[in-house]
Amino acid sequence: MDGPIVNAPLRPDVGATSIAEETVKAEVRELSFFYGSGMQALKSVSMSLAENKVTALIGPSGCGKSTLLRCFNRMHDLYPGNRYDGEIIIHPDGVNVLGPDVDPIEMRMRMSMVFQKPNPFPKSIYENVAYGLRVRGVKRAGLIDEQVERALTDSALWGEVKDRLQDQAYNLSGGQQQRLCIARALAVEPEILLFDEPTSALDPIATASIEELIAELRNRVTILIVTHNMQQAARVSDYTAFMYLGELVEFGDADDFFTNPKQKRTEDYITGRYG
Amino acid sequence: MAAELTPSHRMEPQALRALIGRNKQSDKIFAIVGLLAMLVGVFALIWLLVGLVMDGGSRISWQFLTSFPSRHADKAGILSAWVGTCLVMLVTTFSAVPVGIAAGIYLEEYARHNWITDIIEINVTNLAGVPSIVYGLLALGLFVYGLGFGQSVLSAGLTLGLLILPVVIVSTREAIRSVPVAMREAAYALGATRWQTVHDHVLPYSTGGILTGIILGLSRAIGETAPIITIGALTFIAFLPPSPVTSEPPFISFEWLMAPFTVMPIQMFNWLSRPQTAFLNNAAAAGLILVVMTVGMNALAIWLRYRFRKKIKW
Repeated sequence: MDGPIVNAPLRPDVGATSIAEETVKAEVRELSFFYGSGMQALKSVSMSLAENKVTALIGPSGCGKSTLLRCFNRMHDLYPGNRYDGEIIIHPDGVNVLGPDVDPIEMRMRMSMVFQKPNPFPKSIYENVAYGLRVRGVKRAGLIDEQVERALTDSALWGEVKDRLQDQAYNLSGGQQQRLCIARALAVEPEILLFDEPTSALDPIATASIEELIAELRNRVTILIVTHNMQQAARVSDYTAFMYLGELVEFGDADDFFTNPKQKRTEDYITGRYG
Repeated sequence: MAAELTPSHRMEPQALRALIGRNKQSDKIFAIVGLLAMLVGVFALIWLLVGLVMDGGSRISWQFLTSFPSRHADKAGILSAWVGTCLVMLVTTFSAVPVGIAAGIYLEEYARHNWITDIIEINVTNLAGVPSIVYGLLALGLFVYGLGFGQSVLSAGLTLGLLILPVVIVSTREAIRSVPVAMREAAYALGATRWQTVHDHVLPYSTGGILTGIILGLSRAIGETAPIITIGALTFIAFLPPSPVTSEPPFISFEWLMAPFTVMPIQMFNWLSRPQTAFLNNAAAAGLILVVMTVGMNALAIWLRYRFRKKIKW
């Protein structure tokens, strides 16, 4: 490993150079990840997420950025043989997401995820947004109505769907479906919102509306977004991390990152020499 | 020939046309072979149905459906047979469906995929191919004598239930497997447990496929004769099992489960073994009704599949 990784704080009060001014929401500490096949997808990755900021993970396909994202809500636990090594600490309570005594379900309840391809349930628009609340045992119809409306408003979909909440979610366009998935993720008021290449299946106009949405959600929720689109990372993120072959090559303030990369490999990537 | 296709040996349009003509020959040959193959199937089915209608069509009447078997062919009917078939199918459905769906869900969603589940999977698939009379032997030892259910509707229903269990398990697994991973991940990512994911998503989205499998299994069971004979169904029965609905509280009776019974295929078998041709007509008529029942079930399966598929798009 030639590139020194930007020091992620091992204690939130110390802080990494790059996010020193921020409250730390989550810290990844020397995280390695192995797929059941034995392939090591992450090699001792350390970084921090600033609270209520957007952190983008960029890098060429297969660099481990989605793998890292899916460690946060323990999606890898759904498939046998996968193994984590290291820690992801969530503040303020300091729980280690990957701790052996931590229930992955608790982590999935505290973080929401938006997937690459819009994946609404084949149910009504309303039920899609309400499902997270139903999982949490919310029974009061009034409360669910309220949350559904708020989430749809926050995802800039309310105006378009308020008169047809009982319609099948599949009648929506791709971009609307993805905003519905964001509403579904927001309805449960997550601490961290995980986006896994949320616009790669969308057209440019839908992409722009999702990016706008992310910009609006900033300051209200901590966001981690994986993207292979560098312009997108530059547009939406406050902090950017570049990953390559399972390693975190560079991590820092987005403006610095794109204008003044410290690593040769980062520079090569953002100037389009590979990836 | 291959050399002619390289750019430097581009074929002349005339040669190209000749080549396409030759290629199309095999198209024509297959079209004929395929048509013949299809006609074999269709013709056999038509012949069968026409035969049944010609022999038995005249016997089909209200009297035929509402009469018990009789020594006189023209007074005989299939009342005890179709009631028996319906009751046996009821037991089969209520035994095979819950067990089969639960086993299918367990194998697909809960069990770890390792060599043990591989062996179970191979076994379940192979069980679907075990000759039905073997199930009859098993049931004779297990249900009739072992558990003391006797030669009853219950024994027969459970036997057929066992027989179609692999079909239900396999079709449940296939239906469940067709639910995209993205749906499961969406549910899990919201904090759903395995059971919430299965109950709220996987099962509702695969209902069409599961129902289709169940109905195809039942339409196999409805025509089974060998295992039913093995466990000792009566061939001549002139009474109905006690009614499941009674006029006195608690209004539901399960006495019928232990009643002796006959079913449609056995009634047919019985009539076929008589020397008088009039009874052959009865058998054909009963066969026709059995075919109608089966076709009806298959039609239901197709309709259900269509209805559920239409509602769900990925």
